[in-house]
Amino acid sequence: MIEAQGVKKSFGKHHILRGVDLIVETGETLVIIGGSGCGKSTFLKSVIGLIRPQEGSITVDGVDITRLSDEASIAQYRKNFGYLFQEGALFDSLTVWENVIFGLRYLADDIPSSRYRKIAKEKLALVGLKDVEDFMPSELSGGMKKRVALARAIAAEPSYILYDEPTTGLDPIMSDVISDLILDLQKKLKVTSIAVTHDMKSAYKIASRIAMLHEGRVLGVAHPEVIRVSTNPYIRQFVDGLSQGPIQMKLKDYEPEPEPR
Amino acid sequence: MIKHLIDLFDSLLGAIGGHVLEIIEGMGQFAFLIRSTVQWLLRARVEWGQVLRQMLFIGAQSMPVTTMTTFFTGMVLALQSGSSSKHFFNEPLFIGTVVSFSMVMELSPVMTSLVVSGRAGAAIAAELGTMKVTEQVDALYTLGTNPIRYLVIPRVLAFLFVLPVLIVVSDFSGVLGGWVVANAKFRISPNVYWHDIVDNMEIKHFFHGFLKTFVFAFIISFISCYKGISTRGGAQGVGKSTTEAVVYSMVCVLVTDYFVTAILVALGIT
Ligand SMILES: Nc1ncnc2c1ncn2[C@@H]1O[C@H](COP(=O)(O)OP(=O)(O)O)[C@@H](O)[C@H]1O
Ligand SMILES: [Mg+2]
Repeated sequence: MIEAQGVKKSFGKHHILRGVDLIVETGETLVIIGGSGCGKSTFLKSVIGLIRPQEGSITVDGVDITRLSDEASIAQYRKNFGYLFQEGALFDSLTVWENVIFGLRYLADDIPSSRYRKIAKEKLALVGLKDVEDFMPSELSGGMKKRVALARAIAAEPSYILYDEPTTGLDPIMSDVISDLILDLQKKLKVTSIAVTHDMKSAYKIASRIAMLHEGRVLGVAHPEVIRVSTNPYIRQFVDGLSQGPIQMKLKDYEPEPEPR
Repeated sequence: MIKHLIDLFDSLLGAIGGHVLEIIEGMGQFAFLIRSTVQWLLRARVEWGQVLRQMLFIGAQSMPVTTMTTFFTGMVLALQSGSSSKHFFNEPLFIGTVVSFSMVMELSPVMTSLVVSGRAGAAIAAELGTMKVTEQVDALYTLGTNPIRYLVIPRVLAFLFVLPVLIVVSDFSGVLGGWVVANAKFRISPNVYWHDIVDNMEIKHFFHGFLKTFVFAFIISFISCYKGISTRGGAQGVGKSTTEAVVYSMVCVLVTDYFVTAILVALGIT
């Protein structure tokens, strides 16, 4: 179970998360929906300890990541997680199969390295890829990259998987393939996951429950069928993809990245 | 009017203060990087595969340039010293001595380090910077390791192993460059040139230059890695870190060189 309470995070003057409360039950896939730049990635990164919130707690199996300070116990905490990055984040100096087994060397130290290649093949098969082991990431298409990244995230058989926009930027068919994969993984591996997305079709398909994030808070959490017929004007507007409604997309919400220093 | 001046002064102070704070913050982070590197070096198994890969990369990439640079520096030294001693004493004297002392104690370590900063240092900053902005650095954390262990330590060790080798090669190529000019232009026999060197040079002179190389290796590798993994802001940020890595490395090498020399002189290694 993942339990987030009052998570607050700001970057400089920008208050991104303003008190997120969220519970993810063991074995479920919680989907977080919300507009671009509303802090979905920031929340996921807080869960795995890549970002440290200023306030609040995030407790997983009784361990509060926001209170861990030494690197060894944070590393121990992260061992339970697989993380799919929004852009894949494949290591571009390594081949596909080296990418896939990368984490095994650190996370599962009882596997002899002679078996790595075979394991990579198996994991790639799990995401519907074959004969790509020796490609470099730069030689793959967007959808293939995402699937390799997915294979890498699940390679060490984590009990929690965090997906950051697993279907964004893919064609509709590939999106559906990835959604099926996520469903499959949930059934086969019995993982607990959080998936961040703004692809509603995928959200309905994979979600046990859907939470909507808006202006740094969770507007509501509900079963996908409830969300589908929700009358909450915020949720309605987002789900139906309307420009008119209570959610005002101010231009300043799309401020460019802060200037590098 | 006065109010305007005060405002101006205020914003000026603010700007300077901001910069000072930024510099202090940067130095703090840099010190933190060095500390974590030492900690992880003691705590975790070193990735020797990565060290080897980096050694080959740094060595292969830099050797042609450093060798050529110091060869020509040796030639220039021979030309300068030969023609001035010819001017004062009517014959070219001690060219071998001048070339070998200048090269081995000073020019070969410094010039090689400057070239390597521009070559391997820039490459490291650009590579790690790109990894940072494409979240590959974050991915390392999620896969059970971290950038210190997987990226920084192998590069720092590779530098500590490779730079001394590069500099010894440069010592030889500089002396060889001097010999070519001494022989071709001033008709000095190889025998005389060689004796000018070995009659005067002692092992401590070699160590004077050689010991410096470890300090330079440390400076270049840490600055390049630091600039790389602290990159922010996309492709533009990567360009900025790369330039800064090279500039800071070069300036630090030159400034530190004075202090290291002073220490070596105080210790009598000169
Ligand atoms: N490291 C950072 N430094 C400064 N601002 C950041 C940082 N990371 C994210 N932000 C800002 O926080 C906001 C939310 O980002 P993010 O969580 O990536 O949104 P999304 O919901 O699209 O995933 C954005 O406006 C972004 O500019
Ligand atoms: Mg995001």
